[in-house]
Amino acid sequence: MNRFLAFITKEFRHILRDRRTLMILFGMPVIQVLLFGFVLNNEVQNARVAVIDPSPDHESRTLTHKLLADDIFKLAPDITSLNELEGAFRRNEIKMAMVLPHDFAGSLAKVGTATVQIIGDASDPNTASTLVQYAQSILLNYQQEYNSRNLPSTATGIKVETRMRYNPEMKSVYNFVPGVMTLILMLVSAMMTSITIAREKEMGTMEVLLVSPLKPIQIILGKTTPYLALSFLNAAVVVVLGVVVFGMPLKGSVLLLAFESILYTFVALSLGIFISTKAKDQMGAMFMSALGLLMPTMLLSGFIFPRESMPVPLQVIGNAIPATWFIPIVKGIMIKGVGLESLWKETLVLVGMAMFFLVLSLRNFKDRLE
Amino acid sequence: MINVLNINHAFGDNQALTDISFDVQAGEIFGLIGPDGAGKTTLFRILATLLLPGSGSATLNGLDVVRDYKTLRTRIGYMPGRFSLYQDLTVDENLQFFASVFGVTVEENRHLINDIYVQLEPFKNRRAGALSGGMKQKLALCCALIHKPQILMLDEPGTGVDPVSRREFWDMLRRLRDGGLTILVSTPYMDEAAWCNRVALVQQGHIMAIDTPEALTAAFPKKLFAVRAVDKYRLINDLRSMETGANAYAFGEFAHFASPSAKIQVADVELFLQKKGHNGVEVKEAEPTVEDCFIDLMTDDSQQSTVDSPPGEITLK
Repeated sequence: MNRFLAFITKEFRHILRDRRTLMILFGMPVIQVLLFGFVLNNEVQNARVAVIDPSPDHESRTLTHKLLADDIFKLAPDITSLNELEGAFRRNEIKMAMVLPHDFAGSLAKVGTATVQIIGDASDPNTASTLVQYAQSILLNYQQEYNSRNLPSTATGIKVETRMRYNPEMKSVYNFVPGVMTLILMLVSAMMTSITIAREKEMGTMEVLLVSPLKPIQIILGKTTPYLALSFLNAAVVVVLGVVVFGMPLKGSVLLLAFESILYTFVALSLGIFISTKAKDQMGAMFMSALGLLMPTMLLSGFIFPRESMPVPLQVIGNAIPATWFIPIVKGIMIKGVGLESLWKETLVLVGMAMFFLVLSLRNFKDRLE
Repeated sequence: MINVLNINHAFGDNQALTDISFDVQAGEIFGLIGPDGAGKTTLFRILATLLLPGSGSATLNGLDVVRDYKTLRTRIGYMPGRFSLYQDLTVDENLQFFASVFGVTVEENRHLINDIYVQLEPFKNRRAGALSGGMKQKLALCCALIHKPQILMLDEPGTGVDPVSRREFWDMLRRLRDGGLTILVSTPYMDEAAWCNRVALVQQGHIMAIDTPEALTAAFPKKLFAVRAVDKYRLINDLRSMETGANAYAFGEFAHFASPSAKIQVADVELFLQKKGHNGVEVKEAEPTVEDCFIDLMTDDSQQSTVDSPPGEITLK
């Protein structure tokens, strides 16, 4: 026990005396959460829109007013004719345009139809489709309202009411807080442990540790325990930042979230140990964890790109990534407030992964030199 | 105390050790002397239980390096060739860490290292990475001694250490030996052989000779001269051509000339060199050192096995 404590004390000294390690451990989570929160934001606000209304009347004004009611769209008042549109799009003065027909109210009343044109700037496809969707729903809304005002008896059309459950405002913070948490835990636990073990090899101190009576399991536990504690601290920082700064809900049990985070950290740590048994030096360990762990976690776990739209082989590979199972757990607990009864499957997968990699790395950890 | 029998080891196609056998008595300093790449570190790692030998066996104090490696690890103090302590920990933190890893405290075993530690004490709160080469070696020695090993194994402890510190270091080793410790040490510095009780001369994975340094030099089979002239490079080449079987090589500010014939005199060499037109010629008889023995054995070896490198061109530290 004394031996173990001495090892952990030593490990904490390494961490506290290395400025780079400290930066990664404590600067990274905060910077990542803030970056993802403020930069990777796909909510649209104050998009400039031109409204071409050749013959303003009561109905066209009502529609325009509805369009500009939320702070999603902001009117570009200078652009009033069709031939100004092209230039305005090119100069990036507007993101969308709504073109109304001549005598909008008249044709609605007489013919019963009127064509409204919505033009989006698809050089930025994400923003364009978001804006066009907003505009379409406003048009639909207006149409229903118009019908109920003018044809009260014959209005039998189907009314579509869409409601987004759990995240009614479609806030992206709901997506990135769990994502950043998985990424940070993977970074700290897997990458940092693999690097710190590889450093002992590189500096030759592993040789001395091996000749000592320390058992491999003691070396591994001594190396990982400090990082387990620090990872947990980091996870807490990310959650608190998400809740306090970005208004992320935390509906479920904090205790369960803590337990699941520790479980996921365990998986990441055992992956880190496994990498360190393969890597010869710090560079190798860094390379292997960046390429083999961080990239798949970012790209294949569903953190940034939806898994549903990936080709099947990539989905299969994604299944082997711990983050794929951890992200739904965090979302489930924080956003939906569900408990273990609906998360047992993901939890079991993580438990299995932890056991698998722990056994694998223990078998691979040699108590002799290669 | 240490029994090594027919150890062979290869890394792929590269035969690192060939048929290594020797015995080390309790309470002696045994030196493995040879240039870099001779296989010293590989042999050390096998004896320190860090590598499995390709074939052959070795026991330390009756414990087999393969079978009993776990027990053996508590009995040996091993200092690897590279400085292998934590550079970001202080002197005292390093010492305490290695003590607790072996389940002892610095306090209870202070007497083992007191001699050495008094020199380190002024720097006890300095980080190990900021110590001088000599101080680093002293700290590494303390860390290797703190658990009271029966056998001390030092792989090239003199590398990167200034001559004064090296001498001090060897004084410490001799005091430890006088206290009853068995010490196995490797070095590329031939002059350090004189500090050992017995040495093995190692070259390309072979042991060429094992004896006391005195017996080795006494058995030097050739007549040795120290020669000096203005043009040293031409001097060495000319000396080599003087007679077959003769060897010449740089040795400090002189060149050493080893002649196989016992009859040759200082005057003969002088005459030969004057004929060759050398200026500032100075010739005197010289006492052979371990380095001369090493070069002689190495030359014999390479002539027998018809190695293509010309004798004497392998430079030694």
